[in-house]
Amino acid sequence: MEAFTAHTGRAVPLRRSNVDTDQIIPAHWLKKVTRDGFEDGLFEAWRKDGDFVLNRPEREGASVLVAGPDFGTGSSREHAVWALQNYGFRTVISSRFADIFRGNSLKNGLLTVVLDQAVVDRLWEITEADPTAEITVDLEKRQVLADAPDGSTLTAAFELDENARWRLLNGLDDISLTLQNEADIATYEAARPSHKPRTIDA
Amino acid sequence: MGRTLAEKVWDDHVVRRAEGEPDLLFIDLHLLHEVTSPQAFDGLRQAGRPVRRLDLTIATEDHNTPTLDIDKPIADPVSRAQLETLRKNCADFGVRLHPLGDVEQGVVHVVGPQLGLTQPGTTVVCGDSHTSTHGAFGALAFGIGTSQVEHVLATQTLPMARPRTMAITVEGELPDSVTAKDLILAIIARIGTGGGQGYIIEYRGSAIEKLSMEARMTICNMSIEAGARAGMIAPDATTFDYLRGRDHAPTGEDWDAAVAYWKTLRTDDDAVFDAEVVIDAAELAPFVTWGTNPGQGAPLSASVPDPASYEDASERHAAEKALEYMGLTAGQPLRAISVDTVFVGSCTNGRIEDLRNAASVIEGRKVADGVRMLVVPGSVRVALQAVEEGLDKVFTAAGAEWRHAGCSMCLGMNPDQLAPGERSASTSNRNFEGRQGKGGRTHLVSPQVAAATAVLGRLASPADLSEARTPAGVR
Ligand code: SF4
Repeated sequence: MEAFTAHTGRAVPLRRSNVDTDQIIPAHWLKKVTRDGFEDGLFEAWRKDGDFVLNRPEREGASVLVAGPDFGTGSSREHAVWALQNYGFRTVISSRFADIFRGNSLKNGLLTVVLDQAVVDRLWEITEADPTAEITVDLEKRQVLADAPDGSTLTAAFELDENARWRLLNGLDDISLTLQNEADIATYEAARPSHKPRTIDA
Repeated sequence: MGRTLAEKVWDDHVVRRAEGEPDLLFIDLHLLHEVTSPQAFDGLRQAGRPVRRLDLTIATEDHNTPTLDIDKPIADPVSRAQLETLRKNCADFGVRLHPLGDVEQGVVHVVGPQLGLTQPGTTVVCGDSHTSTHGAFGALAFGIGTSQVEHVLATQTLPMARPRTMAITVEGELPDSVTAKDLILAIIARIGTGGGQGYIIEYRGSAIEKLSMEARMTICNMSIEAGARAGMIAPDATTFDYLRGRDHAPTGEDWDAAVAYWKTLRTDDDAVFDAEVVIDAAELAPFVTWGTNPGQGAPLSASVPDPASYEDASERHAAEKALEYMGLTAGQPLRAISVDTVFVGSCTNGRIEDLRNAASVIEGRKVADGVRMLVVPGSVRVALQAVEEGLDKVFTAAGAEWRHAGCSMCLGMNPDQLAPGERSASTSNRNFEGRQGKGGRTHLVSPQVAAATAVLGRLASPADLSEARTPAGVR
C-alpha cells in the first residue's frame, strides 16, 4: 500500500448526498479481474452529462473529492475505491462515510476525512468560487487547510484512529502485520470447539 | 454489567486484543463469489501465500450467471472470463466451489444457510455487503472488501474495531398483510440510510420472535441498507429447528454441545445498548419505495412526498433528484404508479417461502398485459423445492417467466436488466439509480406486493386484488 503523509491538490466539489457505490462504479465494471483500469467507469452515468462537475475542464487533474453526507453507501465493492484512485483521487472528504467504503479506502491508502457538514459546506463554497483553490490534507497533523478567495485560511482538524493512521503513514500491509501473530491464531484454532461448521473434511 | 448478543459473539472470537489496536477476530466461515475475489487470489499468488483454512471456505457463482440457457456457453465474454477466473482460482488453491449447473449453486447468502453452514455464534464474512443476512441465525456476519477477502484467505482472521450496538425492538402483532420486507423497509425509512452507521443492530421483541427463519433473513439482509455493520437476531427454537438435519449442522454429541452453547447467545437482561429504537408492529402496513435509496419509502396507501416538505436541505435535495430520476411527481398516489417489470428473487426475497407467498397471490390470476414478470429462485435447491410444490406451474400459468437461480435482475450483471426509463416492482434490496439496468427505475416491494402489482400492472397489495375481483354492487 502506498503511504499517505500529506497531500495538496485541487478539488472536485460533489454536492450530492447518499452517493452509493453503484454510482461510483456501476456493476458492469465489476466483471474486470484486475485492480486497475477503472477510471473511465468512475461516476459513469453522471459523466454522460457534459455539465457534471467532473467533466468541467477546470476540474481536470483534481485529486481531492469533497463529497456530501453518506458517501459510499451500498455495495461492498472495493472497485469503488480503485476507481477513485485510478482516476487520480488521493483523498475524499465528507461529513459521513459508509463503514465498508471507509474500511476499503483506508486499506488502499485512499484517505477518507470526516469533517463537520458546516466545514464541508465551506470547502464547497471555496472550491466552487475558485477552481484553482488547493486543499491540503495533512495526516501527520490531522489537519485540513484551504485558502479562501478572501485571503483567509480555513483550518479544520479531523480524527482518525491512531492505528489506522500509523498504518497509512507507513504504508503497512495488514496481512504481514497479522501474520506476525501467527502463534495467537494457532492457539485459538487449537481450542475451537468441534461443533463449529466445516465446509470440507480437513 | 451484562453483555449484548453481539458482544458475546464478538468476545468469543477475539484471537488477540492489544491496547490501541483493533481486535483480531477469528472467522468461522468465509463465503466467496466471482465478483469480489479475483484480485484477492491474485494478491495471494503474488505473495506466495496459501489459503489458510480451506475447511472454512466455500465459493459459488451467482452475480454473473445467466438465468436462461445455462447449459450453453455464457454469451458475454467478460462475464464468462470472470466465472472462469473463479473456477481456476478455486482449482489452484483447493477451494470448494459450486459452479453454475451444480445442485448447490445459488446466491451466496441463500446457499450458506441452506447447507447449514451458517450457525449461531459464528463469524461469517463474504465480499458482499448483504452478508448481514446470516445474522438471522445469531451469527456475527458482515460484508468485507476485496483486501479483506485476501486477508481472511491468508490468515482466517480480520482486524476489526468493535462497533457499537443498537437494539431495534418490534413489539406486538404484525397485521396480516404485513411481511418482514414491509417491516424492514419501514425501519430504514424511519432511521435513514445512515441511521445504523457504526452499529451492529439486534432485532428483538415479540414480533421478531414470531418470524420464521426465512423472514428473519429478509430483515437482517437489509441491515446494510440502514448503514449498519451487521444485523442479528438471537437464536431460539425456530433457529434450531431450521438447522437440525441440514448437511453441515452438527450431529450427535456435537449437536447437543452446540445447542447448549447457542442457548447462551441472548442479550443479558442488564446489558445496555448504545442506541435503541422501538417500533409498534400493529401500526405497520405494506411498504414500498418511491425514491432512489432504500430509505425513501412510504406505506403503499400514501402518495409520493413533496420534496419541499423536508426540513433538512440535503434530504430535500435528494428527494428532488430522486423524483426527477424516477419520473414521479409529488402528490401522485403510490397505487397509481404503473410498472413494466416485476422481479421476484434475490437474497432478500428469493427463498422458498417468498416464492410460496408470491405464488399464493398470483395463483389463478394473470400477469397484466404489457407487464413482464421474472421469477428467479435464490438457489437451485429453492428451485427444485418450488418445482416439487408446483409453484413453477403457478407462475408460468399466470404468464410469468420461471428462470434459473442467481442474482439476476437484483443488480443486472447478467442479461436480466431494465431498459432505460423502464419501471420495476422488485423484491430485491436496492433501488439505486441504474441498479437494475441503466436508466431503470426500481420500487422495492415484498413478494406479495410484487405479485399483486404484476396482476394489476400498478403498485398494489393483495387486498386490492380481492376488491378488484368483487363485481360492482356485490359487497
Ligand atoms: S441477490 Fe442481489 S444483493 Fe444479493 S448477493 Fe446477489 S446481487 Fe447482491
